[in-house]
Amino acid sequence: MRPFFYDRASNPEHALDLARQPDSRFIAGGTNLIDLLKNDVQQASRLIDLNRAGLEAIQATADGGLSLGALARNSDTANHPQVRQHYPLLTQAILSGASPQLRNMATNAGNLMQRTRCYYFNDPAFDRCNKRVPGSGCAALEGFSRNHAVLGASEACIATHPSDMCVALAALDAVVLVRGPQGERRIPLGEFHRLPGSQPHLDTTLGEGELITAILLPPSPFQDHAHYLKVRDRASYAFALVSVAAGLALRGDVVEHASVALGGVAPRPWRVPGAEAALIGQRVGTAGFDRQAGGVADALLAGAHGTKDNQFKVLLARRSIVRALQLAGQPMGGAV
Amino acid sequence: MDPSITPNAMSRRDFLQCTAVAASAVSLPLVPATLAAAPAAPGEAAQAFAEPLPVVLKVNGLTHKLSLEPRVTLLDALRESLGLTGTKKGCDHGQCGACTVLADGRRINACLTLAIMHEGQEITTVEGLARDGRLSPLQAAFITCDAFQCGYCTPGQLCSATALLAELRAGDASAVSADVRRPQQAASDAEIRERMSGNLCRCGAYPNILAALRGVAAQPGAPG
Repeated sequence: MRPFFYDRASNPEHALDLARQPDSRFIAGGTNLIDLLKNDVQQASRLIDLNRAGLEAIQATADGGLSLGALARNSDTANHPQVRQHYPLLTQAILSGASPQLRNMATNAGNLMQRTRCYYFNDPAFDRCNKRVPGSGCAALEGFSRNHAVLGASEACIATHPSDMCVALAALDAVVLVRGPQGERRIPLGEFHRLPGSQPHLDTTLGEGELITAILLPPSPFQDHAHYLKVRDRASYAFALVSVAAGLALRGDVVEHASVALGGVAPRPWRVPGAEAALIGQRVGTAGFDRQAGGVADALLAGAHGTKDNQFKVLLARRSIVRALQLAGQPMGGAV
Repeated sequence: MDPSITPNAMSRRDFLQCTAVAASAVSLPLVPATLAAAPAAPGEAAQAFAEPLPVVLKVNGLTHKLSLEPRVTLLDALRESLGLTGTKKGCDHGQCGACTVLADGRRINACLTLAIMHEGQEITTVEGLARDGRLSPLQAAFITCDAFQCGYCTPGQLCSATALLAELRAGDASAVSADVRRPQQAASDAEIRERMSGNLCRCGAYPNILAALRGVAAQPGAPG
């Protein structure tokens, strides 16, 4: 690891002040950043430690929702009583990612800020990576691309965003609360991660010197019917090939409201406005529901196309969407 | 070619002695190789970065005053500065769990965190699991169940399992819990496997690790 200076921020304003120094980076859990620094994928002259900045609170908001502190650990967020009771989709998604050790370290904001696990991005032995070295090309395009994107990619980059947590946050219409030199602003989760276009080195719409302070969840109608389905190469402790966050609000057994987001298939959690409309009015457990779930899948996967290595993801995603919606329609934990 | 007619013929022993001198000459400067090799980061002289800072770590109940560069990981501080080599360096990238230690009772990967970030916490390593010369119930169960072969992953497995029991007692959910809205305390095999998935064992001692954990988790008020 290259040497760096170290500063400890005692509160958010202090962190923003420290971040004015050149070539500085925030560090919280460190589970991704320290790995990137070790591999020389990223460099920093100065790390600003946020762990004592006092942003770990998880608390109710005035609109009946929940504010998740930026510095709350993924494990504490997943197991917070309010999250488990009212946002079980988020608990399921967080717990399906990484390992207990990593979730005890990784923070909510860090989960949003984590970089792609594209093999070529993470290994500087490969010269070509537009995300790591802008303008250098993309080794994945001609290389091995099993875990890469089938939606939202560009000719410059086909990397995916690796998070599970963010997929649930997208389905739950979360908003990222940010503080910076120009004050506070709110970024809807769907606008937080960028599509690569011709500038894949920019992962997010976070501005220079801005700090995530919280993730805001609006009240959710999906507390009883939610399912996070993760498909991967081993049963645990692996990134998703495809994941689906599905939430349903039922009156009796009729769908009143639905939300679906995809992970593992795009540079950001993938949602398509209005894709879920076909499910409204359908009765769970019927052939009509299954048919309309397929319609939701078609809408979400419109324009999807893979490489020689990951074309299978399109059909896998379609079937996973239908399956996740079917499971969301059942009582949580199965018929007990 | 006949070696006897080679000009400036050199015996194998001469050659080895020569290269040994050259090798020691290369390592003569009293600067750690990692520092000497690290290129200067943008805009600053590398020398300035190398300044160690005072770091106070509390490990297994003892307070240690150290002088560490900010980039020193908790894992390297434990092993290299404190001589606590029970904690193992496996992958050094958070993928194997061999470096698992407890920070304020919570399991973490010591390789992916900086030592300086853990001032004020109680760090527990495998050396701190036994109390008053007595193995913890998990340590004893690992021996009884033959829950290891080479033993390299065992310190991480033990620290991880110790925290797992506390998480079960707290009712924490896992990815295989049927309904995350309800407290989970049943230590089914599926729950234990999922909750131990952050610790790899290349010898494949998983069935016996599972047996050790199952036995201790089934004890009333399992202390770990």
